[in-house]
Amino acid sequence: MSSRAKRALLDPIVDDNPVTLHVLGICSALAVTTSLLPSLYMCVALTVVASLANASVSAIRKVLPASIRIIVQMTIIASLVIVVDESLQAFAFETSRELSVFVGLIITNCIVLGRTESFGSKNPVGLSFLDGLGNGLGYSAILILVATCRELLGKGTLLGYTILPNVADGGWYSPNGMMLLPPSAFFVIGLIIWAVRTWKVEQVEEAEFRIHEVHRTEAH
Amino acid sequence: MPEIPKQPSVKRESVTRTLLVAFFVSLVCSSLVASAAVVLKPRQIANALLDVRKNILEVAGLLQPEGDVNELFAAVEPRVIDLETGAYLDDVDPEGFDPVQTRKDPKLSVVIPAELDIARIGRRSKRAVVYLVRDQGEITRIILPVSGYGLWSTLYGFLALEPDGNTVADIIFYSHGETAGIGDFLTKEPWRARWPGKRVYDDAGELRLEVSKGRVAADDPLAAYRVDGVSGATLTGNGVTNLIRYWLGDHGYGPFLKNIQGGGS
Repeated sequence: MSSRAKRALLDPIVDDNPVTLHVLGICSALAVTTSLLPSLYMCVALTVVASLANASVSAIRKVLPASIRIIVQMTIIASLVIVVDESLQAFAFETSRELSVFVGLIITNCIVLGRTESFGSKNPVGLSFLDGLGNGLGYSAILILVATCRELLGKGTLLGYTILPNVADGGWYSPNGMMLLPPSAFFVIGLIIWAVRTWKVEQVEEAEFRIHEVHRTEAH
Repeated sequence: MPEIPKQPSVKRESVTRTLLVAFFVSLVCSSLVASAAVVLKPRQIANALLDVRKNILEVAGLLQPEGDVNELFAAVEPRVIDLETGAYLDDVDPEGFDPVQTRKDPKLSVVIPAELDIARIGRRSKRAVVYLVRDQGEITRIILPVSGYGLWSTLYGFLALEPDGNTVADIIFYSHGETAGIGDFLTKEPWRARWPGKRVYDDAGELRLEVSKGRVAADDPLAAYRVDGVSGATLTGNGVTNLIRYWLGDHGYGPFLKNIQGGGS
């Protein structure tokens, strides 16, 4: 594997992660991460869509007129999402119902369009496929982390298996109900971003402005 | 004169080119979507049917973890009834009865009068499918499909009654969009377990069954008709009360249940 291909695949996992660095795809990360199993399906769905959409856009990049490129990219993404959604309903019925509208909402997931527009439309097919795959995996890594925290602390289970026996069932763990509500995903993602940026200091953004005390002579 | 943005090539931006690309992309994408929908449809319908059957078997007390759902379902007897009279309509095939479609058909459905529409359903089909479970010819359970609005969403479920038509045997909700972690107590076992044995009508024939606000007090004279509510999810609980009150009332399965209580088969 050439070093470019390796970078396209592996960079988005930590160094250029779509969720923690670009803060994209947060909406679905809040919604589907109450338990691990639907999150895993969501990860697979997004990864499939992101890699295929990126490769398809790349395949037609030389004939694609700039004036309609966004709508064409959206058409390709939407079609792939519908196919994935229909397949889930056919082969993973229970989970597809739990995910409900969120599979359909991959269409509006900023990661997918972000990659096709910024990478797929400029790079060769193979590389674009790897970039889509890498970004899908980067998103998956965060989703799995968040879902693991939420299911474990919110229900005391993982993939439905009891890890921390609940007080209600005679155990010792009193589940934190807040972890099952969407805001907790914000906290968990925030903590993950903090952790990643403490580890990789170069990801910390330059402050856009500084807050300083205004002297009364400056105030209007 | 404004500066003309640099273009990759003049040819690539022509109108014909744009239309052609748009046309072919749409063609490929639509055939992809259409073939996926057509190829997967039979599986999806089978899945949905299987899921409904599984829920019916669950409240019928017939579900076995290892058993084949469709095979087990042969023990359940679906019957179409006329909701107004409560009589069986034996000339209507329950297999072909689609409650979702008939509800939309103005000829086959009725608008529920606003003062009766406590479950906020709007309109209902004139007919319904009920499911009977028999043991050596005798009815052992009557399973009624119920639906109604909770806090955010329509709740769909099955209520199973004992053959007296007045005692709850089981209840299950298989579809809802209530708040995760709070309103979804509907689908949880501990709450379901509070239903069996509850009475529907009192001795005067008054419909009493309801979900109470919070726990039912031990000395509550109506405890036999009241199911524990979940604090923090009062509105979802009220939704359940409303749908029970509607569907077991005179505009719902009331006439049918009167026939059953009167000794009809």
